Amino acid sequence: MSGFGNAFSSSIGKKFIMGITGLFLILFLIVHCGINALIFISDGGLTFNVGAHFMATNWIIRAGEIVLFIGLLAHIFQALRLTLQNQKARPVKYAVNDGKANSKWYSRSMGLLGTLLLIFLVVHLKDFWVVSRFTGIPTVDANGHEDLYAVMKEKFQDPVRVVVYVLAMFSLCYHLLHGFASAFQTLGWNHSKYNGIIKGAGVWYSVIISILFAAMPIAVYFGLIQ
Amino acid sequence: MSTGNMNLTLKVWRQKNNNAKGALVDYKLADISPDMSFLEMFDVLNEQLINKGDEPVVFDHDCREGICGMCSMFINGRPHGPKDLVTTCQLHMRSFKDGDTIVVEPWRAAAFPVVKDLTVDRSAFDRVIAAGGFISVNTGNAQDANNLPIPKMQADAAFEAAACIGCGACVATCKNASAMLFVSAKISQLALLPQGQPERYRRVQSMVAQMDAEGFGNCTNTGACEAECPKGISLENIARMNRDFASAKFISEETV
Repeated sequence: MSGFGNAFSSSIGKKFIMGITGLFLILFLIVHCGINALIFISDGGLTFNVGAHFMATNWIIRAGEIVLFIGLLAHIFQALRLTLQNQKARPVKYAVNDGKANSKWYSRSMGLLGTLLLIFLVVHLKDFWVVSRFTGIPTVDANGHEDLYAVMKEKFQDPVRVVVYVLAMFSLCYHLLHGFASAFQTLGWNHSKYNGIIKGAGVWYSVIISILFAAMPIAVYFGLIQ
Repeated sequence: MSTGNMNLTLKVWRQKNNNAKGALVDYKLADISPDMSFLEMFDVLNEQLINKGDEPVVFDHDCREGICGMCSMFINGRPHGPKDLVTTCQLHMRSFKDGDTIVVEPWRAAAFPVVKDLTVDRSAFDRVIAAGGFISVNTGNAQDANNLPIPKMQADAAFEAAACIGCGACVATCKNASAMLFVSAKISQLALLPQGQPERYRRVQSMVAQMDAEGFGNCTNTGACEAECPKGISLENIARMNRDFASAKFISEETV
């Protein structure tokens, strides 16, 4: 046995993986949201396309993308393993269980919210990631950059897609509302002087990120940005 | 809240033994005093059942003053019923209304098999304690207490963790049947004091390994355990256990 023993196979170790990958994905969302928010400059997507071009060509970002997928898959597989184990831990269910009396609904529904996000992610990756990496962006903008902004404008003409994206951001918001502070608790970062800051930052982060993301398809659909 | 005597419908889980199939059985109870404890109400029910020649409902109880942790009833979807910070024996019928239907089930967890009716086998907790929830003390005269100065805050936190009565409400209410609150309280009460330091990192590894072996679920930080704990054990203990576990696995050179 290695010196680390069952560090990652124990119940706490598995949760460490959930927490670490979760915080990593939280950091990723800041970058993703920040670059995408460049569309709000309303310059025909010129600045946004510069950002997209940088993300598509910088080798550190390209390597980071691989780490991102590994982190995401680890988060999903670990969640599945933990959920299956948790179901085995209570083979006979309660006839009456008053969950709302002692916990928030979204803290008990992380699996459901995560599954909705995974379904959304398949749609989302097909819409943009596959286009920019594999099938190719058809046009270039005035600066000669691939016009990802044009792709975005075209995709968000479809009202069904806009509704799906906005609903997915509700899932994201509630998933983050529990996940943000929960990751800190799991990793043992619980301290009376910082707990308030962590909880507050978690709420602000979840709400701001979700609103910004949801505002993008809405703004494009209603032509609020040019 | 009721003042006069109450008529109640009970739906109680009846199960002959661990292998038998159980079911909720309806009982009507009349003239229950609101000043009775929940367990005294069950005593009335059992007397009626015995007088009729039926099997009484088997349920765990011992001190009936809220400190032993034996009474383990899941009442209307919550361990120890609707009140916060009480055990079932300290729950009174005035917390219910005349005409109420009350559903009473045993703790449900793979690690807590049903023995009979509302009684479950909680010896999984004993085995977790036996795995490391102790300190080594030299024989001979006890040394002077003042030889080991302990800051007041530290002593208070250890005492609060030590208030855990091992009732299992945390496991019962957790959506994952996780025992993290119990195990973390038993680890913290020693990890916070100088007497607990020699075995601190060995203890957390052994007790967590035993907890996993018993088949408890994993923590998802819903906080239900803390909300339902009759002794108000804090989630802070779980974070402390996780910290100690990380230190033990990634920093300490001692392997278990």
